[in-house]
Amino acid sequence: MHSLSMKQFMVTGINDMTQLPQTTDKKLGLVIDLDTCVGCQACVISCKGWNTENYGAPLSDMDAYGANPSGTFLNRVHSFEVQPDTGGCAQTVHFPKSCLHCEDAPCVTVCPTGASYKRGEDGIVLVDEDACIGCGLCAWSCPYGARELDQAAGVMKKCTLCIDRIYNENLPEVDRVPSCVRTCPAGARHFGDFADPDSDVSKLVAERGGMDLMPEQGTKPVNKYLPPRPKDTLQEVDASAPILNPVAETPKGFLGWLDKALEAL
Amino acid sequence: MHPAPSVIFFTVFSGLGFGFLTWLGVGIPAPQGWAAFPYFFVAFAMAVGGLIASTFHLGNPKNALKAFSQWRTSWLSREAWMAVLTLSAMGIFAAANIFLNISMPPLGIIGAIMALITVYTTSMMYAQLKTVPRWNHWTTSLLFILLALGGGAILAADSLGTILFIGLAALAQIYVWDAGDKRFAKRGHSIETATGLGDMGKVRMYEAPHSGTNYLLTEMVYVIARKHAIKLRIIAFILAYIAPMLLAIISGRGFDLYILALIVHIVGILAQRWLFFAEAEHVVGLYYDKR
Repeated sequence: MHSLSMKQFMVTGINDMTQLPQTTDKKLGLVIDLDTCVGCQACVISCKGWNTENYGAPLSDMDAYGANPSGTFLNRVHSFEVQPDTGGCAQTVHFPKSCLHCEDAPCVTVCPTGASYKRGEDGIVLVDEDACIGCGLCAWSCPYGARELDQAAGVMKKCTLCIDRIYNENLPEVDRVPSCVRTCPAGARHFGDFADPDSDVSKLVAERGGMDLMPEQGTKPVNKYLPPRPKDTLQEVDASAPILNPVAETPKGFLGWLDKALEAL
Repeated sequence: MHPAPSVIFFTVFSGLGFGFLTWLGVGIPAPQGWAAFPYFFVAFAMAVGGLIASTFHLGNPKNALKAFSQWRTSWLSREAWMAVLTLSAMGIFAAANIFLNISMPPLGIIGAIMALITVYTTSMMYAQLKTVPRWNHWTTSLLFILLALGGGAILAADSLGTILFIGLAALAQIYVWDAGDKRFAKRGHSIETATGLGDMGKVRMYEAPHSGTNYLLTEMVYVIARKHAIKLRIIAFILAYIAPMLLAIISGRGFDLYILALIVHIVGILAQRWLFFAEAEHVVGLYYDKR
């Protein structure tokens, strides 16, 4: 029962044109836990799988078996290395990135055709592919690289927060979350309503200091990222250290003679 | 940003065309009857040709008419409206002049103002983008408008207009290049703010999300061939600004030197516009540790 039409889930939004809604009833989005993500790319694959075989134009690959393959993805995992200012070991941070469903979404207002819109009831930012001219201006206006122009279909593709899963009563209730959240084996992705202060996602953000990406762009992202927890530090004093200390710093006896003999050569 | 030939031709030639329409609208020059035909033909050919070139940038041009619907928020939609309205007003102005020998100065002045507003809406498609700090400033629009007036003055073979507006554009250009070079850093965008990991230390890319390229990298993270930027700036500045001003000074009201001035100006502005895109750094490059 995957072949439900996208139209069934598109209730309002179009009438407001590309003006952003003043407020949305819900603020659906994701919390991504950078402490937990292991960078396995499962969310990337499940996102591509679900979204290529359900609504709209498939997520095409170009030159897939050739020398220079590329393709359209709605979710990608970057990996960064953070070198602490205080010295010590660098920390690896796997960093999944998809549409942040911004409250002040610049990609919506720049759209000349009304294809790009933000829904008043849940805040999800969507593209009506039947109205898209593929001008790319929405992708230019997005600081996060959340939108990719499909090179086969010529229309803009982006994360829908799996709108055809989360409201889909034909799916078991446990599956009514975005594909990336359902798939994540590490539990690093959480889906919920940020307008509800008692929701799990709101509590996670409050407890763990959830942050915005590039806040200086003024987009007010709905999706939040939980910073990695500080690493444990090795204790300076080790109980076994006195036992394991080298007994002699300079060799004696035969080894001492050998050392001197070799040095004299 | 990727310097696509379609958007370079669009901005260069629609700017020149609407700039020339501005001068024709205010009656500089003011040819009458069939003598006016070649003037308006050149202006309309450039303006319309530029607009047609812009459609080659579209992935799905069959929906192009829908681009008129979102004028309340979208600069691209406003640009579409202003272009059509300006071409209509100036079309009536030109037709009345050419076919009926009737001159309508008030309509010409309205058309001239509308032509400049059209150039402004074109510039705002770029100047509105906070994601491209180099463009996100009112001087982007100022330079587009001054270049339209200056290029239009060359087409109008008006020496004072050429010297004045190409001269002002040259000054604006120096500021735009200089301030543009610094604006990305000035806005405080960095890989640390992009990832939110700055509190932990210095961030660098460890592994890219994909081994090949993608739309984001080819469209918005254009880093190749910037190494010749300084040389190209000098070439563009001499051809687009210095040479046409010198030719305008020595030509008086002679016509033939303006053809040479126009050719060098167009070559210079094509180089300037290539740099406008190629040097523009999009903040999404930060997620790839590239700019």
